[in-house]
Amino acid sequence: MPTLNQYLVLSAVLFSIGTAGVFVRRNVITILLSVEIMLNAVNLTFVAFGRALGSADGQIIVFFVMTVAAAEAAVGLAIVISLFRHKESLNPDMFTALRW
Amino acid sequence: MIAFYFFAAIAIGASLMVIAQRNPIYSVLFLIASFGALSGLYVLLDAPFAAVTQIIVYAGAIMVLFLFVVMLLNAPHEDTEHDLRLHPLIRGGPLGFGVVLALVLVLELGAALVGGRESGRFAGGATSSVRAIGRSLFTDYAFAFEATSVLILVAMVGAVVLARREHR
Repeated sequence: MPTLNQYLVLSAVLFSIGTAGVFVRRNVITILLSVEIMLNAVNLTFVAFGRALGSADGQIIVFFVMTVAAAEAAVGLAIVISLFRHKESLNPDMFTALRW
Repeated sequence: MIAFYFFAAIAIGASLMVIAQRNPIYSVLFLIASFGALSGLYVLLDAPFAAVTQIIVYAGAIMVLFLFVVMLLNAPHEDTEHDLRLHPLIRGGPLGFGVVLALVLVLELGAALVGGRESGRFAGGATSSVRAIGRSLFTDYAFAFEATSVLILVAMVGAVVLARREHR
């Protein structure tokens, strides 16, 4: 039976992978995927703490996080489609103008 | 214990592949594998509701949305010919930053593992049934639940407005 510490370490590693993806990659879609990795690492922390405290609240917070992630993905991908239509590129360095 | 290390290895390996792939379609597919492993970890944590929601909402809905957009845009490769020669993770700037980030992570994990108190094992017995979650969701968290419905509506309208073709 793994302990709480092991789940927290796994969550920290996954969160760091997501952070590295956000900073290193030059593709808007991959950056959004890295954000999803970070959200999932936090979800794992919530469930592990909920299990350690013997309460169902951890899973309820996970439910809300998933809802916000779905909304974020829908709006984010709509913005990506709109950007791609204007610049024909997915590189975030291309999007430097505040208006066009 | 073996199951924990199995799922943890899959989750970390698949997440690394997500940020190491050039083609976004492979990234999305590896992310689905990572979500499956996390779902297995939720089962190990006596959280069946979170496990099933993870599969249905994340792997089933959000990732299909990502896959759909990747195929719609049809721009699989990253930017210029300079980037085609080097793998995305070993370019000059990203490599230096990644080394710093990895060092910080290793130091912090080491400090947490050495200095931190060893946490006890989880208490026995299943504590969170779906029945308890539903009761709590519609009584204690009823306001947050309703606010979530408004959030989803706003996101839906916003996505339609943003992705709409402009008429001139």
